[in-house]
Amino acid sequence: MQAPVNYYLVLAAILFAIGAFGVLLRRNVIVILMSVELMLNAVNVTFVALARKAQSVDGQVIVFFVMTVAAAEVAIGLAIILANFAQRRTVNADEIGLLRW
Amino acid sequence: MDVIISFCTALVALLICLQVTVLLLWIERKGSALIQDRVGANRANLFGGLLPFNLGIVNTMMADPLKLLTKEDIVPAAADRLLHWLAPWVAVFPLFLTFAVVPFGDVIVVGGREINLQAVALSGGILFVLAMVSLGVYGVIVGGWASNSRYAFLGSVRGSAQMISYEIAMGLALVSVVLTYGTLDLQEIARLQGRLMWGVVPAWGVFYQPIAFVLLFIAGIAESKRAPFDLPEAESELVAGFQTEYSGSKMSMFMMSDFIEVAIIAALTTTLFFGGWQVPFLYRDGFHFPGGLTVAIPSLIVTLLQIVSFLVKVFVFCWIQILIRWSLPRLRYDQLMAFGWKKLLPVGLANVAASAVLGLLLEGWTRT
Amino acid sequence: MDPDVILFWVVAVLSVASALTAVLHRNPVYCALALVMALFQVAVMFVALDAHLIALLQVIVYAGAIVVLFLFVIMLLSLEPDAPPRGRYGMRAASIMIAVVLGVEIGTAALISEPGAPFRVPFDFGSTRMVAQSLFTEHLLPFELTSVLLLVAMIGAVVMARRRA
Repeated sequence: MQAPVNYYLVLAAILFAIGAFGVLLRRNVIVILMSVELMLNAVNVTFVALARKAQSVDGQVIVFFVMTVAAAEVAIGLAIILANFAQRRTVNADEIGLLRW
Repeated sequence: MDVIISFCTALVALLICLQVTVLLLWIERKGSALIQDRVGANRANLFGGLLPFNLGIVNTMMADPLKLLTKEDIVPAAADRLLHWLAPWVAVFPLFLTFAVVPFGDVIVVGGREINLQAVALSGGILFVLAMVSLGVYGVIVGGWASNSRYAFLGSVRGSAQMISYEIAMGLALVSVVLTYGTLDLQEIARLQGRLMWGVVPAWGVFYQPIAFVLLFIAGIAESKRAPFDLPEAESELVAGFQTEYSGSKMSMFMMSDFIEVAIIAALTTTLFFGGWQVPFLYRDGFHFPGGLTVAIPSLIVTLLQIVSFLVKVFVFCWIQILIRWSLPRLRYDQLMAFGWKKLLPVGLANVAASAVLGLLLEGWTRT
Repeated sequence: MDPDVILFWVVAVLSVASALTAVLHRNPVYCALALVMALFQVAVMFVALDAHLIALLQVIVYAGAIVVLFLFVIMLLSLEPDAPPRGRYGMRAASIMIAVVLGVEIGTAALISEPGAPFRVPFDFGSTRMVAQSLFTEHLLPFELTSVLLLVAMIGAVVMARRRA
């Protein structure tokens, strides 16, 4: 027997909400990026749970693509943060608001 | 009953890992002494002169661990206490787990049951090894960061960058092996190497994938940060790199992680390229030599022979790594990174492409 | 009690606790390590849901590479722990409310959906073979496009991180 799949869906919803909370609340852009990763993982759990429910492997294939895209996005996002830091010496989202000085 | 069997196989795998590590400590010290034409550690003795010979063992296997475990545990004042305590655990734990998928024998037939001599029969065994090796980077990162010291920080950045660069070369070597054998399960790969090529030569992986063998071995040595790739923790360059601020039992755990990785690379190389536990011409019921000579052997003796063969091969590769460590000069950090990215990576990719093409052309190349 | 259900509750508590630590802690290094813990729990969830290949890939890609990248950047920038937030109570209340509403909404949608007939999946569901078969036949085009995407991302990251001499 296995824990009912709906439980996993609710857990994924809670993780997604926590990730959204982090994105809205925190001002450190690296922590914002980490919260986005948490949200993506919650979505992955939803996909895998629904794949098991529908007995089709397609959900897991989609998770494969989501992981790849998330990796690419994190690489670029962190490169942007590094380049920004070289100019402004800060990772606080409030202070990166203006395009110049 | 199944739980007890799994527990026993897991326990045996863990014991093999630990014993090989401890013996490696002694082999390294005495072996390096042999290579450098000196005697090595021979001063310690039991109860003031009980043993008249082989004092090296007492020194390395009893005195050294005792000394390390009873030393004062110094944590720098400005260091992060939680992370400083956590780093050695994170360094050692994934490496222990890697031995869960290494097969140390074929099957043991006990009371009518065939027990697979592998702690966990994962169908994605090679991916599991890759995952655990990837997790080993955290020990370096957290250790260097938590120490709050310049040498540690520099050593940690260099060490982790080196480890993730050589993971790629290792991954590509593993991909070519998977292409050759068509399975990710290490026990299956060991079993598939039991056939004979042209009726005489055992079909070991090194004959099918020599380049991947060299690639995996080199990348493995670089991954465990041993010479000639040990700039991140070289004593004359960076004091002790990310391990600088560690003393006592935490230091012993970092040293243990070094030797466990030696054992892992040796075990991986034997399983993937040298038949693992295979003894040439030995099958489950005895020897079948190519001339037609057959020697029947009881199955328990067969299992024993296979386990011994596995351990012998692991020790051979550990010895080769120790030889390499004490013979070759250290690579400078930029040379190290250039080697990993500009030489090993293209060779790995070319090998994958060639393996794929050969696999298509020679249908069932290895599975006949 | 069923071992699978006990596992689910352990994983649930651990993942929620580590996710909360990851979004709330002041020190970014602790956030990253809590994120690793949360991603590990997600990998365990994948194993429980019969997605073995995806679970291993989760550990290799997410826990073994992406968070290492995060830690690299945090170390290279030598980030200090964040200062405690001053004021901004309105924003904090609003974000809590939005998160709670989101969670309750999605959770309710999940709970009221029908459980469906007890489903049994084939023995090798989610194994490497099955996922690979689907990936390289039905979903070949997205696979190739993803490789192009990764190439673009690599080039972009290298170009942006290059020092302007």
